[in-house]
Amino acid sequence: MMRAIATRLLVALLLAASGAALAAEGGPRLLTAPSESWFAREASLQRGARNFVNYCLSCHGARFMRYSRLTDLGVTEAMINDNLMFASDKIGNTMTVAMSEADGKAWFGSPPPDLSVIARVRGKDWLYSYLLAFYRDEDSISGWNNLVFPNVAMPHVLWNLSGSQKLVDTEYADGEKAEAAAIAAKGLAAVEPAAGGKFVVRTLALDTPGSLSAPQYEAFVADLVNYLDFMGEPVKHERINMGIVVLIFMGALFVLVYSLKRDYWKEVH
Amino acid sequence: MQKLLSWIDDRFPLTKLWEEQWGKYVAPKNFNFWYYFGSLAAFVLVMQIVTGIFLAMTYKPDATKAFESIEYMMRDVSGGWFIRYMHSTGASAFFIVVYLHMFRGLMYGSYRKPRELLWIIGCLIYFALMGEAFFGYLLPWGQMSYWGAQVIVNLFSTVPFIGDGLGTWIRGDFTISDVTLNRFFSFHVIAFPLVLLLLVAVHLMALHEVGSNNPDGIEIKKQPKDAKTGIYLDGIYSHPYYTIKDLVGVVFFLAVFFIVVFFIPDVGGYFLEANNFIPADPLKTPEHIAPVWYFTPYYAILRAVPSKMLPFVPPTQFYGVLAMAAAVLIFCFLPWLDRGAVKSIRYRGTLYKSWLALFVFCFLLLGYLGTVPVTIWGQFSGGWTEILDTKDKATWVARILTVAYFLFFVLMPWYTARDKTKPVPERVQ
Repeated sequence: MMRAIATRLLVALLLAASGAALAAEGGPRLLTAPSESWFAREASLQRGARNFVNYCLSCHGARFMRYSRLTDLGVTEAMINDNLMFASDKIGNTMTVAMSEADGKAWFGSPPPDLSVIARVRGKDWLYSYLLAFYRDEDSISGWNNLVFPNVAMPHVLWNLSGSQKLVDTEYADGEKAEAAAIAAKGLAAVEPAAGGKFVVRTLALDTPGSLSAPQYEAFVADLVNYLDFMGEPVKHERINMGIVVLIFMGALFVLVYSLKRDYWKEVH
Repeated sequence: MQKLLSWIDDRFPLTKLWEEQWGKYVAPKNFNFWYYFGSLAAFVLVMQIVTGIFLAMTYKPDATKAFESIEYMMRDVSGGWFIRYMHSTGASAFFIVVYLHMFRGLMYGSYRKPRELLWIIGCLIYFALMGEAFFGYLLPWGQMSYWGAQVIVNLFSTVPFIGDGLGTWIRGDFTISDVTLNRFFSFHVIAFPLVLLLLVAVHLMALHEVGSNNPDGIEIKKQPKDAKTGIYLDGIYSHPYYTIKDLVGVVFFLAVFFIVVFFIPDVGGYFLEANNFIPADPLKTPEHIAPVWYFTPYYAILRAVPSKMLPFVPPTQFYGVLAMAAAVLIFCFLPWLDRGAVKSIRYRGTLYKSWLALFVFCFLLLGYLGTVPVTIWGQFSGGWTEILDTKDKATWVARILTVAYFLFFVLMPWYTARDKTKPVPERVQ
C-alpha cells in the first residue's frame, strides 16, 4: 500500500513537471542549439567571446561580466587586452557600453537589454533560434522582423554575415496538415490561424546571401550562444566538475555511514 | 573531563537536558523510511541559517543594488555561488521534507491523542516557514520576486473595509518598493528565523515529552518494561541507534541535494525561475505570474474560487483568499476531525486509505495547476459555463479538486468512524 502510494506520488510529480515544460512553449518550435563536445568547448567559447565583443557589445552591455573572467576560457590577460577590450581599458572592469539607457530608448524604442544573464532568462535554444529568425519586413521601423520574437525593436545587426531572409507563407485549409507541414519543414516554422478558418505556415527562405554561408552563420551563432550561456553563469563548468567529485565523496561516505549503522543495529531485535 | 562536566552540571542541567531530549530518550524501534524527515527538517533549518548568515554578508537589501549584489556573489565572491545555490535549493528542499513529514503524520495518525499539541506546534512551524519563504523570495529582486510579492500583498487588500489600508501598511508604500524590500529582509533574516527556531525547540520538547508515534500507531509507553534493559519492550535508546540512523538519512539526503546544487540548480525553472533573472521592473508586468512550486496548491485554490458568490455584493477575490487561508489552517483541526478506532494506516480500512489517496492526488494536481496559466487545458464552448464566470477547463478541474480537498477534512469524522479497521497487535511489527 505504502509503496503504491509512493510510486503514484512520484509518477504524478514527473507528469506535472513534463506538463509544465510543454506549457512553457509557444510560437514556432525552437531549434536546438548545438552543444560543443568537451574538447571543442573552449575554442567555441573563445570564438563566441570574439563575436560578442565585436557585434553585440556596442549596444548591449554585460554589466556583471568582468573582462578578466574571460581567462576562464583559456586566454591570457594580455590576449584579452589586445583582442577583446574595445570598450574599456581596465581588465577588472565589467562589460559596460557607452550608450545611455535614454539614448537606447530614443533610438530603438526600448533600451537594448543587458545580456549578462540573458541565457538564464531565455535559454540557449531560444537565443539560437532568435538569432536565426530575422527576416526582411518593409513595414517595420528597422526594416527587419523576427519569427521568434515578432516586432522586436532590435534590427538584424548580423545581416551582412547572414544575408537577408524573407518570409514565406503557405496556406493550409486544415490545422492538422499545417502542423504536419510545420514539423516537416526544415528550420523554423510557425503555424498561425488565418482568415476564413484557414491556417498559414510561416517559414523563412534565404533571399540575398551574406558573407557567410548558411552553415557558417549557424556555427557563428552557435558559438555566440555558447558564450552567452557561459556569461550567464561563468562558474557552471567548474560547478559540474566539482559536483562529480562531491558525489563520489558522498557515495563513499554513505557506504561508510551505512555500514556503521548496520553494525550498531545488529543487536536490535 | 568528568570533573568539568560535573562542575557544569552543578550550575546548569547539561547532562539532564541531553538525556531528556535525546541521550536517554526512548523511541519505538520500528521507525521506517518516513521517519527520516523530522531530523532532515531540523538539518535543513540549520543549513538554511548557516548559508543565510554568509549570504547576508554580501547581499544588499536595497532596490537599486539587490539584484546586482546577488550576481556579484555568483561571480566575484569565492564560493558565493555554492552558498547561494545551497540556500535556494535548501528553500525547496525544506518544503519537500516538511510536506513528506506532514504526510507521514497523516498516514500514521501522529496527530491523534496525546499528540494534539505536538501536531499544532508543527502546523505553526509550517505557517512560519511559509512566511519565511515568502519574505525571502522578494530579496533577489527579480521580476518574479517583485510581482509575486505584489500579488500576495494584494490578497490582503481584498479584505473588506480595511483592505486598502492593510496592503499599504504591509508594504509601507503604495507599491512594492525599496521600503518593502528592507522590511521583508528584516523579517526574513531576524523575525521569522527566531520564531522558527523557538517553535522547533518547543516542537522537540513536546515530542520528547509525549513520545514518538510509530508506523503501527502503538503506544510503546503502555507496554511493560524489559527486565534486562529497563526500557519499554518495543523501545530503543535514540542514542546511539537513531543518531546513527538519522546520520545515514542526512548523508543520503545531502547526496541527492548536491545533485541539484551542482548539476541542476534551476530544476527546470521550479527552484529558480527564469523570469527572476530579469531585474524587478515595476512598469512591466510579466505575462504569467506564478508563485514558487511549494505555494502552488493554495494558489490554485485561490484562483478556483469564483469572485462572484453573493448577490448584491460586487465581485471580490476575498472568497478565494478565505478559501486559501482555510485550506492551510484546516490542518490544525485534524486531531479532532479523526474519529478512527486506530491511528496507523496499516490497520485502517479502505475508506480512509481512499480518502487519503484522493487528498494526495488533489494536492499534487492543484500544485501543478497553480504553476500553469488557467487556459492550459483550453476552454468550454457553450453559454452555460458563464454562470460561474469562467470557461477555462483547468479552473473547473481546480474547483472540483478544491471541493475534494476540503471534503477530505470535513467528512473525516464520518468516514473514519465508519471505516472497517483491522485489530492492532500488541507489539510493533
